[in-house]
Amino acid sequence: MSALLATAGLRAFYGDFQALFGIDFEIGEGEVVAIVGANGAGKSTFLNAVCGVLPAERRHVLLDGQPIGGLSAHEIAARGVAMVPEGRRLFASLTLEENLLAGAYLQRAGRFDLARVYDLFPALRERRRALPQVLSGGEQQMAAIGRALMANPRLLICDEVSLGLAPIVVQSLHQRLAEVARDGLSVIVVEQDVALAQRMSSRLYCFQEGRVSLTGASTALTRAQISRAYFGV
Amino acid sequence: MNALIGWIDTLVQGVLLGGFYALCAMGLSLAFGVMRLVNIAHGDLIVLASFAGVAVTLATGGGPAVALAIVVPAMAGFGYVLQRWLLNRTLGRDPLAPLLVTFGLSIILQNGLLEAFSADPRSLRAGGLETASFRLAGAITVGWLPLIVLAVAVALTVALDLAFGRTRLGRAFRATSDDRVTAELMGMSHRHVHAMALAGSLGIVAVAGIFLAMRTTVAPSDGPGYLLYAFEAVIIGGMGSFWGTWAGGVILGVVQAIGFRLDPGWGILAGHLACLAALLARPQGLFPRTRTTRP
Repeated sequence: MSALLATAGLRAFYGDFQALFGIDFEIGEGEVVAIVGANGAGKSTFLNAVCGVLPAERRHVLLDGQPIGGLSAHEIAARGVAMVPEGRRLFASLTLEENLLAGAYLQRAGRFDLARVYDLFPALRERRRALPQVLSGGEQQMAAIGRALMANPRLLICDEVSLGLAPIVVQSLHQRLAEVARDGLSVIVVEQDVALAQRMSSRLYCFQEGRVSLTGASTALTRAQISRAYFGV
Repeated sequence: MNALIGWIDTLVQGVLLGGFYALCAMGLSLAFGVMRLVNIAHGDLIVLASFAGVAVTLATGGGPAVALAIVVPAMAGFGYVLQRWLLNRTLGRDPLAPLLVTFGLSIILQNGLLEAFSADPRSLRAGGLETASFRLAGAITVGWLPLIVLAVAVALTVALDLAFGRTRLGRAFRATSDDRVTAELMGMSHRHVHAMALAGSLGIVAVAGIFLAMRTTVAPSDGPGYLLYAFEAVIIGGMGSFWGTWAGGVILGVVQAIGFRLDPGWGILAGHLACLAALLARPQGLFPRTRTTRP
C-alpha cells in the first residue's frame, strides 16, 4: 500500500514551545485512520501542521511522496487535503448553502456537489438559507463536513467532530463518514471516544505529549494497551 | 410657496451631491469590509485618478470615456500590487501599522502629484456635459453630470451588493473577513483575496476621480478633504454595508446642502456635525452589517 500522506519526524512549535516531537504517520488511499489522545497530546497541532496552518519543515510532510510541509494552507488545500476544523468554524456571515459553496472555492472536479451533500445530509437541505448561528450543533457539524466534502478532497481530516454532540447524532455522523470512506476517500478522524475511534478506523495512532505512544491495527489493540498509551500510566 | 420650492431644490441638490460622496465612499467601504483596512490615502488616490484622467485625455485627445477605459483598469491593477506586496505586510495584530503606512502613502502621493503636475488646479473637459442641465419642475433644475454621478453610484452599489452576495469571489471576500485561517483551509489565499479587494476599491476610486475632475477643478492637496467626506459617509451609513454607505453619502450631501442654504459658511460644518451626531447616537452606523465573529 503506497502512502497518500505521510509524515516523517514531524515537529511543530508554538513560538519557543515545542508541541510535537517527531511524529511518524502514514495513511494510504481509501484508508480510515484514527488519532486518539488526551487534551494537549498534540492531535490538533499535528493536523494544523499537516494542513499548513502551522509551519513545518518541507521534507517532514509528504503527499504522494512529494514534500509539502510548510506550504500555505491554501496550497495544501489545492492538492486535495480538506479539513473539518475543531469547533466547526463555519463562516458566520454566510448562509449554510454559501458555506458549502465556499468549500468548493477551488472548483476541484469530483463526486461531490450541492446535490450530493444534501443527499448525504438531508437535514441541511431545509436549512440552506439559515445562518450557521441558528443551526443546532449537529446541523453545524454536518455543514462543516459537507463544506469539506464540497472541496472534493483526496484526504478528509475530521478534528473532533463528535465534540459536544448527543450520542445519537454522533452515531449518524459517523455512519455518513463511513459511507464516504467506503467510496474510496481517505479519512483521518481525531476522536476523544476511543471505542468509537477503534470501531470506525482500520488503524489507530495514540498521541501522548507530542509523541506517538502507540500505533497498530485498530482491532488488534486492546483497551489496556490504549489506556496506557493514552494516559501514560 | 417659493420657500417650499427652494427647500425642495435644496433637497434635490443635496441628494445629487450625496451621490458623489457615495461614489467616493464606496471603495473605502469595500476595503474596510473585507480586511478592516482604513486607507488614509483614499482621498489622495481619488485625486491621483483625477490627474491620471487629465493626463490620459491630454495624451490621447480623447474624452472622459477614454479616461475611464484606461484609468479604471490601471488603478485596479495598482490596487492589486499595492495590497499584495505592501499593505498585506501591515495587516496583523497591530491596527496602527496600516494607518501609518497609508498615511505615508498619502504624503508621497500629494508630493508626487505636486512634482508632476505643479500646484495648478486641473479639470477634465467633458464637452459641455459639465454644465448641461434640464428643468425638473418649476424653478428646480438638475445638472446632467450630477445625475449621471448619482446613477453610477446606485449602479455600483447594486453591482457590489450582487457581487458580494452571489459570486465566488464575493463569498471569498466574506469568508476571509469572517475567519481568515478557515478560509485558507478552503483554498482561499488571503493575500490574493485582499489584493482583489483593494483592486476593486481602487477601480471604484478611479471612477470617482474621473467624475471629480469633470465636476470641478482638482489640486494635488485636495485628497484629505475627500477622504474626510468618504469617511463620514461610511460612518453615518455603517461599516461594511454598501447600501448603508450609499445612504450615508446621500445623508451627508443633503445635510451639507441644507447647511449651505442656511448660511454659505455652514455647509461643510453641518456635514461634520451630522457625522458627529451619528457617532454619538448610533456608533455602529445606520445600517450596519453584523459581523462580530473575529477570532
